[in-house]
Amino acid sequence: MSRLTSADFISDRTAEALAATFGRRALMGSGVAGLAVAAMPLDGMAADAPEAEITVDQARTAPIPIVIPSFGGDVGSRITGVMTDDLNNTGLFKVISGSAATGTPDFSALKGMGAHAAVTGSVTGGGTIRVEFRLWDVLTGQQLQGTAYTASSANWRRIAHIMGDVIYERMLGEKGYFDTRIGLIARSGALRNPDMRLAIMDQDGANYRVLGKGQAKLPSFNPTRDQIALLSYSGPKPRIFLFDLDSGRQRILSDFPGIPLGPHFSPDGGTLLVPVAHGSGSDIYSVSVASGAVRQLTSSGGAINVSPSFSPDGSKIAFTSDRGGSPAIYIMGAGGGDAKRISYGNGKYEECTWSPRGDLLGFTRIGGGFFLGVMNPDGTGERIMTQGYTVESPTFCPNGRVLAFSRSGPGGSGASIGTIDITGFHERTIHTPTGAISPTWSPRNV
Amino acid sequence: MKLKFIGAIGLAAMLAACADDQNKADVTGTGAAVQPTGPVPGSEADLVANVGDRVFFALNKSGLSDDAQATLEKQAAWLAKYPQVAVQVAGNCDDRGTEEYNLALGQRRANSARDFLVAKGTESSRITTISYGKDRPTDPGTGEEAWAQNRNAITSVQ
Repeated sequence: MSRLTSADFISDRTAEALAATFGRRALMGSGVAGLAVAAMPLDGMAADAPEAEITVDQARTAPIPIVIPSFGGDVGSRITGVMTDDLNNTGLFKVISGSAATGTPDFSALKGMGAHAAVTGSVTGGGTIRVEFRLWDVLTGQQLQGTAYTASSANWRRIAHIMGDVIYERMLGEKGYFDTRIGLIARSGALRNPDMRLAIMDQDGANYRVLGKGQAKLPSFNPTRDQIALLSYSGPKPRIFLFDLDSGRQRILSDFPGIPLGPHFSPDGGTLLVPVAHGSGSDIYSVSVASGAVRQLTSSGGAINVSPSFSPDGSKIAFTSDRGGSPAIYIMGAGGGDAKRISYGNGKYEECTWSPRGDLLGFTRIGGGFFLGVMNPDGTGERIMTQGYTVESPTFCPNGRVLAFSRSGPGGSGASIGTIDITGFHERTIHTPTGAISPTWSPRNV
Repeated sequence: MKLKFIGAIGLAAMLAACADDQNKADVTGTGAAVQPTGPVPGSEADLVANVGDRVFFALNKSGLSDDAQATLEKQAAWLAKYPQVAVQVAGNCDDRGTEEYNLALGQRRANSARDFLVAKGTESSRITTISYGKDRPTDPGTGEEAWAQNRNAITSVQ
């Protein structure tokens, strides 16, 4: 359960007080992990840099060499270690350790090491830590960023991720995704009757914790990162719950004219799309989070319609349906009505999810094994990224560059969550204490 | 109307009597009557041992085969014999589909079995349905034999 400890409350309050003191907005996260960090520019040191010209696609073949020395001491080393892992895991950076962490860098020495960028910084304090961070362009000798972060030392990981995101954005020209979390279903016990609980972790697998009481399926993060909708099997019949991450409380969302399947949040958080099984099929309904009012969007006479996903502008819904005989991907307007089929490859397309960038749909295709891929929203440009006995449940990170998914063997054995970038490179497994399925990647902190 | 009503009662009584006779004959024939460890009539164990608690489906299908219909007919007769019994029909799938799609497919299978029982005279109020998708495999192995076992609708006493 997600009961807050007193330490968590103290860390939140401390950060809020510090933010007020410095007149800066606190970067407030959910109370589940007591994540609160205050940020302020370093006086007289911040400077605007020219737009970075490196694009992600170019960087894929040539990772950006960046020097990140330890910030010193135990906490400093742990912080720079997490930054290093974040950046290296993208495949877009090659972190070089060494060099001095304080003062103005020796740019000629850094050039000699082949570095394009360098980081300097320090950690001071104990219960509350202050982390100074500077990012330098080695080729021009300019400081690209200078920020001091203040927070409870318990939040050191979050500071590391935030600094990693700053580096990602300044070097690649688009926002990073390190300061995000992944909701999931922790799966344990006998394969024939597993225990399935809501859990949450940082995107790198740290701060893993099980939240729900049991028998939960198909979680969906809301855009403000403070609620997860899920399908609960804890009662006599399946229901949709809204789990509040700050309080640990959950409430039942509405009644449906049938049996609800997985909930899927809209980009504005005001609506959930829920397939509802009735008769021989399932139709997609939209439900108001505020009022619980339910509206039917598909009515295809006994066909299965599942896996609805809004386009990021909220104007369209992609979903899968077997109305044409075999499951395929369709797109309809946000208000329902006519749908256009967009997938025509062999096999069954049983899941789709719209990238937050709007440019791609992630999907699961089945036929001679499971395949995870992406295609353009008009159905062209289909590419398979990875395959296996079972690979499914694709969910995009906030900038649309990486997908998380679940991978498992026969009967759900060995279930784990992996990530892969949309070019099909850099596949990784996130280590979890038990089996893990049904990832839902949180939006970026706002 | 009154005559018809009495007629219907009479027919039901006769059927019940026949069923009882049939049951007694079986029991006598197998000598089960003297075994105190046999399933309690009308129980889950009775359903599993003497009727069959599950029917199987083809890949990605919810249609009822001749075997499935025969099993469900026996279930309907058994439910007629024990009118106090309520059941749940749970639809299950093999692991060759995704989580949410399989929840829908499992529900389609459970509803298919439920509709057949209702058509054979079981009151719909006595039957609830649920889908576990691919989350409760009878055989968590791989291959057609395991998958065929896992594509089912299982009737259980509530």
